[in-house]
Amino acid sequence: MNLKMSANDRAQLAGERGPAAQMAMRIIVRMAEICGADSLMDITGAHIDSALFQGEATLEFAERLAGLGAKVVVPTTLNVSGVDERGWREWATPPEWAEKARRQMVAYQSMGAAPTWTCAPYQTEWKPKFGQQIAWGESNAICFANSVIGARTERYPDLMDICAAITGRVPAVGLHLTENRAGQILMRLADVPRRAQEDDEFYPVLGHLIGRIAQDRIPVIEGLVVAPAEDQLKALCAATASSGAVALIHLVGVTPEAPTREAAFQNRSPERIVEVTMESLREARRELTTAEGEKLDLVVLGSPHFSLAEFKKLAPMLEGKRRHDNVQFLITSSRLMTELADKAGYIEPLEQFGGKLTVDTCILTTPMLHPEIKTLMTNSAKYAYYSPGLLNAQVVFGKLDDCVRSAVAGRVVRDESLWRE
Amino acid sequence: MERVIQGRALVAGEAEGEALVTDQPLSFWGGYDQRTGEIIDRRHPLSGQIAAGRVLALPASRGSSTTTAVLLEAVKLGKAPAAIVTSAVDHFFSLASIVADEMYRKPIPIIALAPEDFTTLRTGQRLRIRRDGALIVLTGCVL
Repeated sequence: MNLKMSANDRAQLAGERGPAAQMAMRIIVRMAEICGADSLMDITGAHIDSALFQGEATLEFAERLAGLGAKVVVPTTLNVSGVDERGWREWATPPEWAEKARRQMVAYQSMGAAPTWTCAPYQTEWKPKFGQQIAWGESNAICFANSVIGARTERYPDLMDICAAITGRVPAVGLHLTENRAGQILMRLADVPRRAQEDDEFYPVLGHLIGRIAQDRIPVIEGLVVAPAEDQLKALCAATASSGAVALIHLVGVTPEAPTREAAFQNRSPERIVEVTMESLREARRELTTAEGEKLDLVVLGSPHFSLAEFKKLAPMLEGKRRHDNVQFLITSSRLMTELADKAGYIEPLEQFGGKLTVDTCILTTPMLHPEIKTLMTNSAKYAYYSPGLLNAQVVFGKLDDCVRSAVAGRVVRDESLWRE
Repeated sequence: MERVIQGRALVAGEAEGEALVTDQPLSFWGGYDQRTGEIIDRRHPLSGQIAAGRVLALPASRGSSTTTAVLLEAVKLGKAPAAIVTSAVDHFFSLASIVADEMYRKPIPIIALAPEDFTTLRTGQRLRIRRDGALIVLTGCVL
């Protein structure tokens, strides 16, 4: 074994910090060997995707660690769970599922992780800082932390994120190291006008296209002439991390490690140059819709979790309107954001509209939707990407105003003006 | 006649099964039904195929960090692939198998091949995996 270990690493591996730390360190060390790491390194924060109830095995894993006395040693947030702990009874969630998912939540909280229950931890007070070494799970959050903030995390899978939080150590590889953060593929926006770049709908579509082209490479995007808003970057990262295994995107002139193209590539040459045209974006947009026709059962917003700014934007669109009786309207968010939105007066218009809120979780991670919901509409590329496989549902992708208009009309309405040739 | 391809055993073990091969990465979350072993990513070329008990050969995992949890659940339910063969060192599949070893003493072999070896694999071939990471293509069963 070539892995250099500190005295503390060896102590943990020998069980001197208890059996939970020992098991977690055993997993970290085996992963370090697979990654070809020379050594382990410290992290100063973690975000845990493992708390998501996926079945008996993830629950057993959580309760095994908790039962062995596991405690996190760095500030740690929790990603979405498998159930809306307080609101699940309003939906189709089976009680047995709710109980097991709740047990899994309790197990991770008992380890000392903060019950944030959100896939947008970068929009909480726990947001990491530039250059901070962290171990994050949740693909959209990983991409946002690396790209938008310039914090450093590898793509930590479920079951490993918690081992990192318990031991405080990760293999010193990948995106933790400066030399591995250089861009690899150059993607140039060719004929994408400012008008398109200012539109919210552009970002999830661009993200979907980037992920599909970049796969597991680090893309550098050149040609943005606007400064995207935080929620636009959030939508971009979530889309990219769904259609590809992308953990870091450099946006030249926008993201912190890409003041220039040369800086983004660390003065290396791109492996490949791809032109992003309006035509390729149109095709990417078409891919995000699988449903045909105008029929609609549910409009769902909030993947990643809806932010305060998004609630603020949505509220005036809903004023004085009501959803069609045949179309449900749902927002998935965190407890924290919904409380803030409520204080700001953004929840009342939603309730008047006939909309509902789910917190802690999302439609992909808890069996909350009734089986008669066959067609969804969303402004989230992540929801659009995963719904057909996970929910066996048809999906329509559309911008926020189209989602609202469709909910009112009771059928799919989309403004195509941005995308016309 | 047998052909031996030497791979790297990311997680060592022995297995034998029919190959199910794709050149497209797959997220198990939203892509693999842990209760049946069916590939359910409707955008994926293997959509509708059952990978349980077969040797699943794919370049790597993709997307969601929940892939590992789905694979662990599939191991517990007996619906995991017999082994997974990749063309890159895939941390997600490796981790799921390591945790399956910790929890159930049931790791599934995870083998990384050189890309040029990976491209010689075909669906329907009968494959045997040895503990040292060698992958034996048992000819005569090739479709």
